[in-house]
Amino acid sequence: MTNLIDIKGVIHAYQTENGPLPVLDDLNISVPEGDFCAVVGPSGCGKSTLTRLIAGLMKPDQGEVWLHGEKVTSPRATVGMAFQNPVLLEWRTILQNVLLPLEIVPNKMTKAQKEERGRELLTLVGLEGFEDKRPSELSGGMRQRASLCRSIVHKPDVLIMDEPFGALDAFTREDLWQTMHRLREEEPFTGVLITHDLRESVYLADEVVVLSGRPATTQHVENVKLGGRTDLEVIYTTEATDILHRLRHQIEIAQGRAKSEEAA
Amino acid sequence: MKHWKQIATPALAIVLFIAFWEFIVWVNQWPNYKMASPSDLIPAYAKYWNLFLIYGWQTLWRTVVGLLVAVVFGTLIGMIMGFSRTMRDALYPLLVGFNAIPKATVVPVLALILIGHHDLNTVLIAFMISFFPISVAVSIGLSTLEPEYRDILRALGASKWTIFWKIALPKTLPEFFGALKVAVTLAFIGTNLMEIVEPHGKGLGHLFDSGKINADYPLMFAVLIALAFLGILLYYIVVGLEKIFAGWAERPQS
Repeated sequence: MTNLIDIKGVIHAYQTENGPLPVLDDLNISVPEGDFCAVVGPSGCGKSTLTRLIAGLMKPDQGEVWLHGEKVTSPRATVGMAFQNPVLLEWRTILQNVLLPLEIVPNKMTKAQKEERGRELLTLVGLEGFEDKRPSELSGGMRQRASLCRSIVHKPDVLIMDEPFGALDAFTREDLWQTMHRLREEEPFTGVLITHDLRESVYLADEVVVLSGRPATTQHVENVKLGGRTDLEVIYTTEATDILHRLRHQIEIAQGRAKSEEAA
Repeated sequence: MKHWKQIATPALAIVLFIAFWEFIVWVNQWPNYKMASPSDLIPAYAKYWNLFLIYGWQTLWRTVVGLLVAVVFGTLIGMIMGFSRTMRDALYPLLVGFNAIPKATVVPVLALILIGHHDLNTVLIAFMISFFPISVAVSIGLSTLEPEYRDILRALGASKWTIFWKIALPKTLPEFFGALKVAVTLAFIGTNLMEIVEPHGKGLGHLFDSGKINADYPLMFAVLIALAFLGILLYYIVVGLEKIFAGWAERPQS
């Protein structure tokens, strides 16, 4: 079975004044079509570099990134991106912000069709009635919802999210997790979610990749099977807690605070 | 009610200022060669109203043309410096140096180089004195654009031009208009500098000069007030444009 995202042996270093700074070292990640893959790891381990590589915004020094059986060499319209900062354009209304990708990506939609699509998505994330507001009139959580709509409005194959809920308070974050599940039901896409939050990774993802400390390599892959449950209670089941424990342990290894079993 | 207040507040401030001016001259019993009072200005305007219209128009159009050139050139330089780190490093000292030269010293030089082209000279000085803040504002606006803003479009394969047009340019507009408000007053200084330092019989600067020669002190003060009036006029035109093009940057007052 072919994977939608295939990252094969990626090595990358940044050039700094003190010589090259390796950030990724033999990184391998595969995500089957329709799956949601969370990537966790210690701070500064190169997770954001990974998003830029998948999006084609950068080229790796060595190794390859494949999307849909094609090698990524430049940005492509089949990718959607969301960041921790919702980066909404203040001079546009919420609806106009959501429709921005449709102004770039070639499509045959009429203006009315685009607007309908935008309104549909906004309704789906609970922003009905806010279409004509300015971003500055919305709360942080609402802006992030609008940002999510923008990242999938052009029906991308791949959604790349770089800590999209990192700046939100805990309850707003939980609300948005549920929104993510709702979006995935209505708008199937393959996703890569960079996060610091292990509970978030377990709740949202089908598999969780733990990266080692810098330079990052694939340290551990955890398959999350929670029986298709999407209610928040699932986080507190024994299955989920066991996975959380294993991930926590892997993070400690990545941080160099615990020894891995293989090494011991 | 709100609009009424928006006009009434500054109007009242102006009336109070004029009253205070009249009062201070009256209390001190200053003769008009020391300080003309507002009531001295009315006869001056009544007597020379046609000259005020003709010369005022000459000053105004040359300032506006200088300002337009400054907007085009300043934006262009700002774009070059905003997009290229190397060009920014290369151009900044040149620009700062150029801006530090007192424009009063440039006036005679320019008048010699372009001898006889009075309108061109005046426009050039107005431009030279006012493009600097525009360049700096545009370059800072562009160079401080957060990379995420660029990435949301770049990730979709948008061209540099599209990113500039859809994101960088609108995002820079508030800074641009801030600089334009400064540039407006500077451009007036430039125009009048040329009109007064290199008299060529045009503009309010010339009217000021003839007031000086004829010891018509109320006329000199009347010219100053006319200049202030033109400055306010142009300033509020810029404010109007800002409301249209960058009104989104204004936060509702709470």
